Amino acid sequence: MEFLYNLDVLNSTIRLSTPLLLAALAGLYSERAGVFDISLEGKMLGGAFAAGAAAFVFNSAWIGLFAGVSLSVLLALLHGYACITARGNQIVSGVAINFIVAGIAILLGQSWFGLGGRTPQLSGPERFREITLPGAEALADVPIIGWLYSGILSGQAILVYIAFLAVPFTWWVLFRTRFGLRMRAVGENPAAVDTAGISVTWARYRAVMICGVLCGIAGAYLALGLSAGFVKDMTAGKGFIALAALIFAKWKPVNVMFAALLFGYLEAVGIRMQGKSMPFIGEVPVTAIQALPYVLTVVLLAGFIGKAIPPKAGGIPYVKER
Amino acid sequence: MAKQSSSSPPAIKLSGISKSFGPVQANKDIDLVVEKGSIHGIIGENGAGKSTLMSILYGFYHADSGTIAINGKEMKIPDSQAAIAAGIGMVHQHFMLVDNFTVLENVILGAEGGAILNRGIAKAKTELQRLEDEYSLDVDIDTLIEELPVGLQQRVEILKALFRNADILILDEPTGVLTPAEADHLFRIFRQLRDEGKTIILITHKLREIMAITDSVSVMRRGEMVATRKTSETSVEELAELMVGRRVLLRVDKGEANPGEDKLVVENLTVKDERGVVMVDDVSFSVKAGEIVGIAGVAGNGQSELMAAISGIMRAETGRVLLDGKPIHVTGHADPALLRQRGMAHVPEDRHHMGLVLPFSEKENSILGYQNDETYTSGQFLQMAAIDADARAKIKQYDIRPPNPDLKASSFSGGNQQKIVLSREMERDPVVLLVGQPTRGVDVGAIEFIHKRIIEMRDAGKAVLLVSVELDEIRSLADRTLVMFAGKIVGERGPEASEGELGLLMAGVTDNDGAEARQ
Repeated sequence: MEFLYNLDVLNSTIRLSTPLLLAALAGLYSERAGVFDISLEGKMLGGAFAAGAAAFVFNSAWIGLFAGVSLSVLLALLHGYACITARGNQIVSGVAINFIVAGIAILLGQSWFGLGGRTPQLSGPERFREITLPGAEALADVPIIGWLYSGILSGQAILVYIAFLAVPFTWWVLFRTRFGLRMRAVGENPAAVDTAGISVTWARYRAVMICGVLCGIAGAYLALGLSAGFVKDMTAGKGFIALAALIFAKWKPVNVMFAALLFGYLEAVGIRMQGKSMPFIGEVPVTAIQALPYVLTVVLLAGFIGKAIPPKAGGIPYVKER
Repeated sequence: MAKQSSSSPPAIKLSGISKSFGPVQANKDIDLVVEKGSIHGIIGENGAGKSTLMSILYGFYHADSGTIAINGKEMKIPDSQAAIAAGIGMVHQHFMLVDNFTVLENVILGAEGGAILNRGIAKAKTELQRLEDEYSLDVDIDTLIEELPVGLQQRVEILKALFRNADILILDEPTGVLTPAEADHLFRIFRQLRDEGKTIILITHKLREIMAITDSVSVMRRGEMVATRKTSETSVEELAELMVGRRVLLRVDKGEANPGEDKLVVENLTVKDERGVVMVDDVSFSVKAGEIVGIAGVAGNGQSELMAAISGIMRAETGRVLLDGKPIHVTGHADPALLRQRGMAHVPEDRHHMGLVLPFSEKENSILGYQNDETYTSGQFLQMAAIDADARAKIKQYDIRPPNPDLKASSFSGGNQQKIVLSREMERDPVVLLVGQPTRGVDVGAIEFIHKRIIEMRDAGKAVLLVSVELDEIRSLADRTLVMFAGKIVGERGPEASEGELGLLMAGVTDNDGAEARQ
C-alpha cells in the first residue's frame, strides 16, 4: 500500500497532472466565453505532433513548443470560425477536429519520418529537461519541507511550472481584468455585451485563441517533456479527462488545479498498481483505475458537489434576435 | 416642465428610415422628431415596428435607408458603441444583464475604465453612489443580478445608461414588469431626468401611461408612423383608434351576472413555496356558475401560488377545494390532467413557460393537455388530420394570425399566442375556467377580443376565476373582486368598488385599519 503515497507517485502525479491542467485551463477560457470545446484532445494531439516533429527537425525544444502552439492555435481558429463566424454546431466541429488530427498526424508522420506515425526519438536539447531548483540539494535532508521541495517541486520541466503558474494567472485574468469580465459576460449573456458596445465575436475569438495556446503547450509537454517524441494517439483521452476536470471544477481556475491533481494522482496510482495485489480485492485491472476519473466525475456530479452549471450561453452561437 | 427654446435643434431627428427583415418590412419610411428635454411616447401594437426603430437608433440594427441626426448633427450609428458615444442609452424590454454578475460588474461592463478592473471600480463606486442618491435609484451594488427582483433589475439598467452619461434614454416597455407603485416611482425619475434636460423616449402599448407621463406621442402601425400628437391635445380614444386602425371599445360591455350554484369552492387553503414560506394563508372563497371572480393584488402576494394549487400544479399544505361539488386532492397528488377531464380549464399566467411549448407548432400547442382525448388520438397514434382541422377551426374562430397551424408558437405575437392558449382551454366546454394575467404583453386589439371571450364564457354559465395585476382589467371584468395581500384575502368588493378603494386594499390597508383610522 506504500505505493499510494510514496515520492515516486507524488512526483509523477505532478507530471501527469500537467497536461490535464493545461488542457482544462484551455477549456476554461473557451467555455467561459461560451464556446464549448471537445476538441481539446485533438488540439493537444496536434500540438504534440507538431512539437515532436519540429523539435527533431530543428534540434530545439523551444522551436518544437512554438510549432506545437502554432498548430494548436490554427486548429482553435478553425473551431472558432466554425462556431463563432459560421455559427455551426460546437460539438460537431469539436468532434471533426479530433478525428482530422488523429488521422493527419499519423499520415504526415509516416510520410515524413517513416516510423509508422511516430516521430523520431528525441534527446538532449530536443526535449525539455528537468530543472533543479536552487537549494534543492541542500534541503534534501530536511524532513517534510525538504522532501516536498527537492523531491516534488524541484526537478520538473519548465512547462510544469508554467502550467501551475497559469492557475493564479488565469484567476487574475478572469476576475480582475477587463478582458476577463468581458469574456465571462460573453459566455453568460452575449446580448448584454453587444448592447454595451463590445464585439461579441472578437471577445470569443480571443478566448478561443488562448485555448489554442494552452492546448499547444499541453501537447508539447506530452511530446517533449513527459515522453521523448510523438507517438500515435499519445493523448489517450487526456483531453476528455481535462473536460471532466473542468466540469468537476465548475469552471473555476483553482478548482481546476485540484481536479487535475486528483485525476493525475489516479493515473499515477493506476500505473503502479499494474500487477500488484490489493488487500481484500486482489489484483485490480488497470482499466478499472483508468476509468476512475470518469466514474468519479459522474458520481460526484450526480450529487456530492452540487450542480455544475455551465456558462449560460455556452454552446449557442450568438445571433442578434429576430 | 422644462421647455427648451424652439431654436435648439431636436434631440433626435429620423428621416426616411426603412428596414426589412427578409420579406417583412418592419419600418417603412419613418420620420420622427423628438424635442430635447421632453418625454416622447411611441405607441403601437406588438409588431408595429417600435422596437426595431429604437434598435436602429441604438445601433443594434442597421437601417436599409434613411438618416439619423442627433442634436442637429447628422451621423451614422453602425453599432451600439457609436450610439453610447452619441449619448444614447437604452433599457431593453428583456434586460441586457448578466445574471451571475454583481450590479457593479454589470454597470461597468463596456465602460471599465482601464484594462485592470481595480482602478475603474473605485471610481465607478463613487459615481454610482452619486447617481443612486440623486435619482433615488437605490440598489446594493454588490448583489448578484439573479438575486434581485425585476423592479430592481430595471434600476440597474437605468443606472447603466446614466453611468455612461446618456442624454437620451430609450425605454422599451419599462412598466410591463412593475407594480403600480414601482411604475409611479419610475415616472418620478423620468420627470426628474426631463427637468434636467435629458430626453426620454418611452415605448409602450399602455395608453394610460402615455397620457400620464409623456409630453408628446407618436403612433406606429404596421411599420409606419401614422401620427404624432401633443399629449395634451389628444385622447386615449383617438390614440387607440390610430394604433389599431379602427375604433376600439376600451370599456367592456357586459350585462348583469346571473350567478348559479357554487362550482369552485376553496376552503382554508394554505400553500407554502419551496423555501417553506407561507404564500397562501388560510384562504377561503367560492366561485359560482355564471360569474367572474377577480383576484386583485400586487404581483407576488400569493395569487400565482393560489392558482397553482387549485390547478394541481403545486401541492397545498392544508385546505380543501371542491370542483363541481367533488373534492380535488390539493394536499396530495392532484393530477392536472385529471382535473382537465373533470372540467377545469387553466390559462396560466406565464404562457411562455406553462401555456405553450414555443418550438412546437400551433396545432401541436392547440392540443396540449388534451392530447390523450380520443378526438386527437387513437391508440398510440395522433390523428393529424383531425388535429389540423380542429386547429384551423379555432384559428378562424379566434382570429389567430397568421392563420397557419404549422407555424411555431414562438413565431406568433403575444396576443396571438394568448389566443392559442385561450382557444384550447375555452373550447373544451369547461365547468371552471382559471385565467391568469390574460392580457399581459397583449396588444389593444387582442385585449378587446380576449375580454369579450371571457365574458361570453361567464354568460355561458362557466365559473371564471380571474387573476390579474392590472386593476383596470379586474374592474372591468369581475363581478366580485377579492384582494390578496401577503397571502391573505384582505377584502371583497362588488363591481362598483372604486380604484382608490381597491388600491388601498392592495397595499394591505384593510377594512379594520380603515375603521380604526376613522375613529
